[in-house]
Amino acid sequence: MDSATFFSISTLLYFVAMATYIAYVAIRKTGVALAATTVTIAGFVLQTIAFLLRWVDSYNLWVSANPSTTLIESILRGAPLRNLYESLVFFVWCIVLIYLIIEFRYKTRTLGAFVMPVAALALAFIDVSGMSKEVQPLIPALQSNWLLFHVLLSFIGYAAFGVSFAAAVAYLVMVTESRNEKAYIFWSIMVGILLIVLIAMGIDYLSMSASPKGNFIRNYFLRSTFKSPSDTVAILSWIISIAFIVFLWRYGIGLKRVLASFSITKNMLEEIEYKSIAIGFPLFSIGGLIMGAIWANSAWGSYWSWDPKEVWSLITWLLYAGYLHARFVAGWRGKKVAVLALIGFVGVVFTYLGVNLFLSGLHAYGGL
Amino acid sequence: MAEKKNIFERIWDFFASLKLAIVLLLLLAVTSIIGTIIEQNVEPAKNIQLLTKIFGVKAAPTLYNIFVRLGFMDMYHSWWYTSLLTLFALNLTICSLERLPKTWRLIKRPITPLPENAMENMPLKREVRVKTSLSIAKDEILNALRKARYNVFEASDDSGVQLYTQKGNYTRLGVYIVHCSILLILGGAIIGARFGFDGFLNLPEGGASSYAYTRSGDPVPLGFTIKCNWYDTRYYPGTDTPQEFQSELVIFENGREVLKKRIEVNSPLKYKGFTFYQSSYGMIPDAEGEFILRVTNNRGEEKVLYLHLGDTFDIPGTGIKGRIVDFSPALGRDPSTGELITYADTMVNPAVAIQFNIEGDAHGAESGFKGWILRRYPETGLLPGGHKVEFIDYWGVEYTGLQVSKDPGVWIIYLASIVMGLGLYVAFFMSHKKIWVRLVTEGSGGGNSVRILIAGSTSKNRLALERQIEHILERATETINQRQSQKK
Ligand code: HEM
Repeated sequence: MDSATFFSISTLLYFVAMATYIAYVAIRKTGVALAATTVTIAGFVLQTIAFLLRWVDSYNLWVSANPSTTLIESILRGAPLRNLYESLVFFVWCIVLIYLIIEFRYKTRTLGAFVMPVAALALAFIDVSGMSKEVQPLIPALQSNWLLFHVLLSFIGYAAFGVSFAAAVAYLVMVTESRNEKAYIFWSIMVGILLIVLIAMGIDYLSMSASPKGNFIRNYFLRSTFKSPSDTVAILSWIISIAFIVFLWRYGIGLKRVLASFSITKNMLEEIEYKSIAIGFPLFSIGGLIMGAIWANSAWGSYWSWDPKEVWSLITWLLYAGYLHARFVAGWRGKKVAVLALIGFVGVVFTYLGVNLFLSGLHAYGGL
Repeated sequence: MAEKKNIFERIWDFFASLKLAIVLLLLLAVTSIIGTIIEQNVEPAKNIQLLTKIFGVKAAPTLYNIFVRLGFMDMYHSWWYTSLLTLFALNLTICSLERLPKTWRLIKRPITPLPENAMENMPLKREVRVKTSLSIAKDEILNALRKARYNVFEASDDSGVQLYTQKGNYTRLGVYIVHCSILLILGGAIIGARFGFDGFLNLPEGGASSYAYTRSGDPVPLGFTIKCNWYDTRYYPGTDTPQEFQSELVIFENGREVLKKRIEVNSPLKYKGFTFYQSSYGMIPDAEGEFILRVTNNRGEEKVLYLHLGDTFDIPGTGIKGRIVDFSPALGRDPSTGELITYADTMVNPAVAIQFNIEGDAHGAESGFKGWILRRYPETGLLPGGHKVEFIDYWGVEYTGLQVSKDPGVWIIYLASIVMGLGLYVAFFMSHKKIWVRLVTEGSGGGNSVRILIAGSTSKNRLALERQIEHILERATETINQRQSQKK
């Protein structure tokens, strides 16, 4: 079996895991919980194999084109972190790993119902956006060790931020008392928008003509819903979306009762939310900003050129710095900082995907 | 009555406020978004088009003018953005200075014994009882603490003994190191912008220059001469995906060659403060170049030839003559008609057409044949009879585009990066820990059991200290029990 097959199976398993964790939260049977963990671990093992096989493939590709490079350099150049697809896959791998560590350390499975959807949605996004999955040769600008470590550390950082996002949503679900609280409205709208965009992209994908999937974003993005040539469809999309958010807002509070009956406590969630940021922030500072700047300096001749990707990394960094100061120096606690954690993750999503999809810039890296 | 503050104190307080810091962090984050949507430093038409798309034809020109006034077209250098950054730097400096003395006192303050009721009130505490004498219990706790590299002090009163210790005092400085590195980065950036140079230089193959050019086209003397020997794009085998862009550059000083280097995208040439990066390439319009061919006969004798369009050459010892009749920078086949075409105007797939004739052949040109030899496919140059013609390069028709920069501030940035890395490590992964242990003899008479109360406090990561304290207790009680059983 090749890398793609292993990967498809692991994707499938992650979706099953997500469903099982959610089922566990709903019916609270220990057997279901064990099944969820088992499926997640199986998916993780298969994904690890897929990742290594792909590494071997791209190592061979590199060596066939560059027979004279040293073994170590060829291994580094072969790292499957060269385009948006591979980086998303690695992101999912990191987030599942971090989640499993948390599960074993805190001995709670409830968070899985929040983290696994983040992983599964990232995987769904891969298929829905129709991005290229080919093992591609490495273009000249990417042939740098700095870049490799930059990508590696950034994605571990992003994954940690993803876990903090999940914990913050769970926390907000748990602590908000009524639908009219600002924090409650905030999380329901945000999660709602995330889901709507994903569903809309799914519809784009389904209605897309079979052949040219290359330029998905430019040609298809939201074209079958919000940006449809038919006004009726466009208006209907807005109405349905608003109805969806209202629905989430109306019934999301039910989740609270569900969560309340679990072993997970709000202190635990708050701690996971903070700890993930405390791990993600230094990694992102060093790997994302500093190594990115060093790489840019060696490739483009300038460590900082205010291109959109750089600016959005800076924005994300400032947002999380704001979080840390609000929490540790200004002494904010609870809902206020959880909202900041959600906003920080919006920064992550935009830095990671939004810039590649919507904004132009120097970063040829990661285009679809 | 509270004393009225003078203006200086009020300004100081304003900048020392942490609220300002959070506001500035968020304000910088939000305003920075503008420059990622409006394309920076491009011709007006592009952004007017964007504005038209969002706000309609009517509003676009007015909005554009307002945006220009606000500096949005080069916003990261606009007066208000630089002011925000200046405020940020001032805030960071003053806020840190304001807090530093307090932190310094915390670092320097020697640890003192705690009264028992204060220990009871600490959020992190453990209590055990062991059957042993006070001195043995004390010894073993002391050992366990020392093993964990604590420097322990001791005090005793009439009811018992207290051991107390702290470590990691200086880790409280971690955040200040981080802040300092941020200021260093801003400083390095200012030095780079002030004293640095950011320009370009396009050199044709074989061309040389003693100047580089600023973005606005003004020449700036380099103080030496730089020459491009050749430029080349390498492709992944069988594809048009570039594998490497490279140029060979030579530095001359006073007419003498002092340095030669083949540069690639991630491997620039540095000389006397200037760095030359491979940034682009292109064809020189209407240039006449030189064909470099290598011919090899079937006995392995080879010769390198430098020729022009229309020139003839022969393959030594064979009587085969060739004449260069055509050139294509990118030879390919039209997918529908199958005809040979030139599909790009850069040298993606260079090919040379050669008319071959056999010397002494009475039929002349008619008996010869014309063939395309492709540089990227050497097998196209194999002739019947085992002779070979290789197309090495069409030299002198491409130029290399070099980004030239000089940044005296970059070392400060690198230094600051290292400082920030260290600071972040200290700030997030190390902590200032304090531990108090109180040992009291219990039981009637001389007593045969000791109550050990242990409490701790830490600047962060309480869980880790909790685990450490448990570990210390475990280790101590274990050895105490061992000693007890040996005594029996
Ligand atoms: C983006 C810029 C900044 C970064 C990355 C940064 C980073 C940090 C970090 C990591 C901490 C430690 C938080 C913790 O305890 O875990 C911290 C603390 C602190 N920061 Fe910043 N900071 C930044 C900007 C500022 C600014 C502008 C100010 C000025 C008001 C400031 C004032 C403080 C103060 C007073 C502390 C607490 C120090 C203490 O009492 O121990 N920071 N900062």
